[in-house]
Parts: sequence; structure tokens; C-alpha cells
Amino acid sequence: MKSYETVIGLEVHVELATKTKIFCGCSTEFGGEPNTHCCPVCSGMPGTLPVLNKKVVEYAIAAGLATGCKITQNCKFDRKNYFYPDLPKAFQVSQLYLPICRDGGIEIETKEGRKTIGIHEIHMEEDAGKLLHDEWNGCTLVDFNRCGVPLIEIVSDPDMRSAEEVIAYLEKLKSILEYLGVSDCKMQEGSMRADVNLSVREVGAETYGTRTEMKNLNSFRAIARAVEGERARQIDLLESGEAVVQETRRWDDAKGGSYAMRSKEDAQDYRYFPEPDLAPIEISDEWLAEIRAREPEMQEAKMARYQSEYRLPEYDARILTSSKSLADLFEATVALSGKPKEVSNWLMVETLRLLKEEDKDPSQIVFSPEQLAALIGLVESGKINRGTAKAVFEVMFKEGADPAVYVETHGLAMVQDDEALRSTVEKIIRENPKSVEDYRNGKQKAIGFLVGQTMKVMKGKADPGKVNEILKELL
Amino acid sequence: MAEKEITALSALALGRMIKRGEVSAVEATRALLDKIKAEDGAYNSYICVMEEEAMKRAKEVQRGIEAGAYADSPLAGVPMGIKDNICTKGVPTTCASKILQSFRPPYNASVVEKLEAAGAVMVGKTNMDEFAMGSTTETSFFGPTKNPRNISRVPGGSSGGSAAAVAAGEAFYALGSDTGGSIRQPSSYCGVVGMKPTYGTVSRYGLIAYGSSLDQIGPITKNVSDCAAVLEMISGYDKKDSTSVKDASLDYCYTKALTEDVKGLRIGIPRSYFGEGLDPDVKETVQKAAKVLEAEGAVLEEFDMEMVDYAIPAYYVIASAEASSNLSRFDGVKYGYRTPEFSGLQDVYRKSRSEGFGREVKRRMMIGAFVLSSGYYDAYYNKALRIKACIKKSFDEAFARYDVILGPAAPTTAPELGKSLDDPVKMYLGDIYTVSVNLAGLPGICLPCGTDRAGLPVGLQLIGNAFSEKTLIRAAYTYEQAAASGGGR
Repeated sequence: MKSYETVIGLEVHVELATKTKIFCGCSTEFGGEPNTHCCPVCSGMPGTLPVLNKKVVEYAIAAGLATGCKITQNCKFDRKNYFYPDLPKAFQVSQLYLPICRDGGIEIETKEGRKTIGIHEIHMEEDAGKLLHDEWNGCTLVDFNRCGVPLIEIVSDPDMRSAEEVIAYLEKLKSILEYLGVSDCKMQEGSMRADVNLSVREVGAETYGTRTEMKNLNSFRAIARAVEGERARQIDLLESGEAVVQETRRWDDAKGGSYAMRSKEDAQDYRYFPEPDLAPIEISDEWLAEIRAREPEMQEAKMARYQSEYRLPEYDARILTSSKSLADLFEATVALSGKPKEVSNWLMVETLRLLKEEDKDPSQIVFSPEQLAALIGLVESGKINRGTAKAVFEVMFKEGADPAVYVETHGLAMVQDDEALRSTVEKIIRENPKSVEDYRNGKQKAIGFLVGQTMKVMKGKADPGKVNEILKELL
Repeated sequence: MAEKEITALSALALGRMIKRGEVSAVEATRALLDKIKAEDGAYNSYICVMEEEAMKRAKEVQRGIEAGAYADSPLAGVPMGIKDNICTKGVPTTCASKILQSFRPPYNASVVEKLEAAGAVMVGKTNMDEFAMGSTTETSFFGPTKNPRNISRVPGGSSGGSAAAVAAGEAFYALGSDTGGSIRQPSSYCGVVGMKPTYGTVSRYGLIAYGSSLDQIGPITKNVSDCAAVLEMISGYDKKDSTSVKDASLDYCYTKALTEDVKGLRIGIPRSYFGEGLDPDVKETVQKAAKVLEAEGAVLEEFDMEMVDYAIPAYYVIASAEASSNLSRFDGVKYGYRTPEFSGLQDVYRKSRSEGFGREVKRRMMIGAFVLSSGYYDAYYNKALRIKACIKKSFDEAFARYDVILGPAAPTTAPELGKSLDDPVKMYLGDIYTVSVNLAGLPGICLPCGTDRAGLPVGLQLIGNAFSEKTLIRAAYTYEQAAASGGGR
């Protein structure tokens, strides 16, 4: 088999975290009863007109500046015309001719090293509504709550070559947008969605192969799987002498495969033209400077500060700052506990392990900085040992349980009574003459077994250090 | 005062009498409703008359006036009509189309809010060409309107119902909308005053869009003074319309311009406006009107205006393109007409739209979809936008030399009913003197200046530079006064 290279470009839609919609005063809040967050403007009633939410422009500019884009200081909106019941005006207000940001890029890091992924453009647009299929009554209803929620679409250059690079790019993008506060980037709520454009070509080929566009990717894991799946599918086609068809495909994560939605031939003509109801947007140098000045501490700066201020290793600082929610949690907990290394350990080891197990991201963490600080306090004061603390942490992670209350109600506090501990150790010595003899014969390891036996009898509620001490004394 | 005398009054005259307690808003509304009931069967100016609501409203306003409200509103209590493409809360707003036959907007257009605040009494919604597409009011789903000056003639369009209602004395004033001449041309045909303001002067919020970049709402009235008063009431920045102009230097006090003074006013007369295709009677009547202004002290000068020949194709490309997008929302899903029988979504769309829209609307939506389609966009739409810019430039040059441009509003007087729709291109060419004003976003006023040999009204059009409505009102008022006193002093 020939060796192939995968060429991938992404179109990422991100919902902006504005309080109100892009062209009216309706709330953008997620959830809500159907058709409760809408008005004549966003539901496309005749005669109504859009009024641009300035915050949307500021957020788009902030995203553009943070990704090294040139800002189009005289940009405008266009109409994208098509019929669908979730689009009440039968056109989406978007930007085709003069997108607000162009020609940027972000740096990613993978096993292969560092690499810049180009950003072709970022444009602003409005979201559409949602169709609800009522199986019971056999009809379809429309919910306009999402209509007019502001989006930016970030279009990358075809610079990625593997699923790993795609994930690294998305994680970086997500981190940047979260740090800016322009979006909460929740894939599970659809506030960040990615379409993957992918083609393959023989290594060394100068032109790109025919690409497909993959939609309906709802998690990083689905994206990685879809990239692998589509790469294999296209290579199979080429190897068996067939051609890749330019088409849009829909990923079915449950089945682990994709199917064709529509080919290039039946691609719609959207008949784009400038939106006459909105004036062109003039972005002054002053406005740009203002937005630039408001840019918060971004990941790189935070990483450097964690190393100097908290004496954390670079690796830890990078992981902790990879997500804004994680960094915020870290800083808040350190402020409460004053133990950066300890907090870092809980987040880096236990938290990340459990997030991975449950396929969640840090924004979904339910426990509070106060709870983590309390848990660290319980260990520090010797109230519980590390083993118990880990078990308590799991409950805290899963249910948001308060550690002090949990330790109390479940009787997990360490036995502070030295006499009780001493008598248990004496009993263990009596019951394990073989190990005692081994130890006395110079087998240092044997003491570990005796400590373990003691902890078992104490149901883990003893300080292993103290057990060790008493054992050595009695032997 | 007899009802007949009341309905013959101008809007301002009635307003003054109401304020003085000589006539009540209730009596005036009753008189108007009775006249509509008795006579509108012949004209069909109204699509819907809101008798009960109007009477209730008149009583309410009358009580307000008696309690000292509406002190700054010269037209408080004066009944009027609104073109049926302007949204009125809870009142049918159909655009004279089957597809919106049952539509009652849950909100008022901004102009309606302004009128209500000024104590206006709406008696009904006036007939029009379907979605304002047409020059005769014959494309209305509710049947054509007839010209009150001669019922064998059309009233013009698309604001034909508004112009006819005012001409027939069935409204003291009315609102129309003008995308390519839809206020000025019917005003010309019906012998009333109509004004299309500078783009951005009157809020479009609640005006069901035809060509968004060209549409403006404006007054249709019995005389120039009423026109100034109505315009004053409906103008001004509206935060709900991003294309409305926010400029603190504009005071919108148009009634202050009602003075007889055109001394030294430079009036440019484009030669092409008096060339081929212009009816000789219209030509002569408009030229005589120009002489009246000259006699009043204005300076007339003929000049050549470039690009005007391209205005009609550019207009029909841009307006149709915007219309094809604006009218896509009428899809049978959310409001308005839905076909009774269908299988599947595409069928709902196809059948609802096929059955709900009339021929002329379909024609323009198809033209619009075509000129925007990929591969044709540059050749048509983009080129039309460039012509639009050239026309604007050509007007800018003219206004460097003249204060006002004078010409006819239409090449002929009102044509006979039933003679226009079979030849749409010929009908489109009738817009020759009006569309360029919309393309350039300028104000234009049309006022009666005589009749042709058949006794049909001829309209005089005055075009001004952007935001020079006061100059136009001053010139129009001067002409009107001079003509009333026998023409030229």
C-alpha cells in the first residue's frame, strides 16, 4: 500500500457568551421552555428589523486578536438564503464577503513538536432554531429560542495532518476562547461545534485530494474517531481504484461510521448578498485598542506566573492552565488553602483521572474550591489519611459532597486514641509470628505487611506513619 | 357642520377646528366612515375599514384633547388611512396578498406608534399592489382600486389605495410607501400631494419590506401644508431601524418651511426628463409649472443628467433581489396562508407559495433569485450596485449646481384599468422619473400642477438633495400658493 497523508481543515462554530441575542434583546440562556426566549425580531415576523448587539462585535474582535488575525475594520453582514423551518426569515445573517477577522493562526504542540495552524477567517452569524419531532402526535414543532443566538465561525486553513493535531488545535482554541470569556465552549450543549473537512493524498503529492465535510461531531472523542474513520474510508476507496466524492457526510458516533448527506451536485445556491437592513460596521483604531487592552491574562502568561509565583514545574503549570475552568479552580483553592503544590496534585492526578474516566471536561467539575480546600485541610490536620482522602474525593467529585460532613457521617476520621492503636499492633504481632521473625532476621519488607494488616483491622482509619513507628518500637 | 363639509377639509384645517372645539374627533371620524361606506364601493381604496375601533379611538382622543393632551399635535383627532404593508397591532396587515390574508401583527410599526402618540385616528388599511409590486394597484388580491378622478382609470401604485382615499375625501391623509415611485406616481395620477423622504428619515420598522435598501414610508395628503405636518409627525431616528439616520443637526420641523420664498432658488431641469416617451400634455403642464416657479423668482436651467437611462434596469435588479430574500419568510410554516393539502415539507413550501402569491410578485421573486444566483451575481446584482453608486454621484454633481431638480413624476396621466399588466416591461418603463430618486436615497415630492386634455391630473415632481426636505416643501408650497392665486405674479 502507498503511504498517505491526511489533510484536515476545521470549521468551528462557537456560541458567544453574550446575555442577549445578536439582533434583539432576547435572552441567550440555554434551556428554557420552547419559544419563551423569542420576540417578533428573532422569530422573523414581517416588517421587523435587526439591531446589531455591539458586544458580539467586541467578542469576535477579541477572538480575532487572540488568534493573530487581521481585523477587517470596515466589515458588513450578508444574507445566506435557504428554506428550512428552523430559519424563520428564510435567510441567515452571516458574513461572506467581508468577514470580521482574517489571516491568523494559533500554535499547537503535539508529540511531533510545535506547529502553527492557520486561521483563514472568523465571521459572525446568527444561530437557527431547533426542530422538535413529536413522535406521539406525528408532527414536527419549531423552537425559536436559539434563533439569533450569536455565533462566530472559525475557519482554519487545511493545516492539520492527524487526529492528534485536530484535538490539539481544538483544545487550544477552546482554551483561548474560554480565557477571553467570549464563550463557554460547551460541546455537550452545542456551544462549540466542529465540522471536519478531510482529504488524503499520497505523501509528497503537491495538490490536495478531493475532500469531504463531516458534520454532527459532538465531542473531542467523536472528532478523533471520525478523523480516523474518514481517513481509512478514503484510503480504502483510493486503494481499490475508486474516487472520493466531494460530499457532506454525517458522523454516527454510536455506529462509529458516517453516511453521505448530500453531494456537491445538490449543494444549495445560497444567493448571498449584502444585508440591506444593517449598516456596515466601522471599527475604529480606538475601539480596537480598547478591546486589546481589556484582554485578560491568557494561558502563556498564567503558565509563567504559576511557575514563578507557586513554584510549580512547567509541566504542571501547562496542564493546570490548559483549561480556564481548571486554572480558576486552582487559583481559588490556593487562595483558600495556601497550598499550591497540594492543590496542584489533587487537580493533576485525581481530578484529571476522574474527568477522563467520565469523558468530561473541566468546565463540568461540580465540587467547589471551598470543598477541595476543606479536604486538603482534613489531611493536613491529620483528621484523615491520604487513602481515606482519595475515597472522599471521589464522592466529592461525583456528587459534590462536602468532605467534612461526609467524613463525619461516615465515621472516617482517624483513630486518635494511641492506646487503642497500640493494642491493635500488639495483637497483629501476636497473630503473625512468621512476619515478625522475618523482620527480626533483617527482612525490612516484612514490616510493610504488618502495617497493612494493622490498617485493615483499623478499617483504614489510622495514620500509617504512626503504625510504622509503634511497630518498630515493639519489635 | 355637515358631514360633507367636514370631509372636504384639509387635515390641518380639521385639526385646528377640533382643537377649537368646532368639530369633534368623533364627528369627523363618523363623517369619514359614512363617506367611505357610501362611496368606497366605487373606488375600493380600503382593504379593511375598522369602524368600531376607529370610533372608540376617536372618543378616546377627543377626551384627551378636552383634557388638554396633544397640545403639540396639530393633527390630533384627525382620521386617516394606512397602507396595508405597514404593521398595525391586532389589525389585519395583508400587503394585499392572499398569503397574508389572515395576518394580524402582534406589534405596531414605529410610524404607527408615532401617529398614536400624536392622537391620530386610523380608520382603515388602504389597498395597494401586492407587496407594493406594481404601478396600478391592480395586482391587489382584493381587487383593483379605481381612480376617484375618473373611475375608468387606475389610481397608480403601489400606494394607489392611499392616494385614492385622499383624493376621494375618504381620508384626511394617508401613509404610503415608496420603493421606486409608489407614493409619487399615484399622487400624480390622483392629483394629491405625496412625498418620499430621504432614505433613513422615517423608520422602516414594521414596514413589510419589499426592497429594503430603497423603501421609505411617506405622507399622501390633500396639500403641501398637510404633507409637511404629517412628515413632521413620522420622521426621526428610531433605534429599532439601523438604517434610520441619527443626526442631531436634523430638527424635522418641516412645517417651519411652509413659506413662499423661492427667490434665487436654483432649479435644474434634466433634458432627458422631457425627451422621448413623455406625453405632450404632461410635458406642457409641467413646463408651465416650472414657469410659475420662475415667475416667483426661481432660476431655471436645463442640464444633462447622466446615467438616468440605466436607472430602471438597476432598480428592478436591486429591488427584485432584495424582494426575493425578503419574501422568502412567507413559507406557510409560521403565519399567513398554508396550502390545505400537502405531503411533506417541500410540498408545503411549493404549494403555499404558488397559491399564496400573485403573478407579479412571483415574477419579481424569480428575477431576484436569478440575479443573485451564483455565476450571475457579478453580472447583474453587483453591476446594478455600481450603477446605483454612479446615479448617486450624478445627483451629487447636479446638486452642486442646483437646489432642486424639477420634472414630471410619470410619463403619462393615469392609464385605463386593465391595460397595464399584460406588458410588464412597458409598465416598468413608466417608473423612469421616480426610481433614480430611490436609488440615490433622495427626497422627492409630487404635487398636482394641472390636468391633461382629458381632465386627468398631472403631477409635478421636485427632487432634492439628501435631507433637503425643507427646501422641497418651501418650493412646493410656493408653487401651490402661486398656482391657487392664478399662477405667477
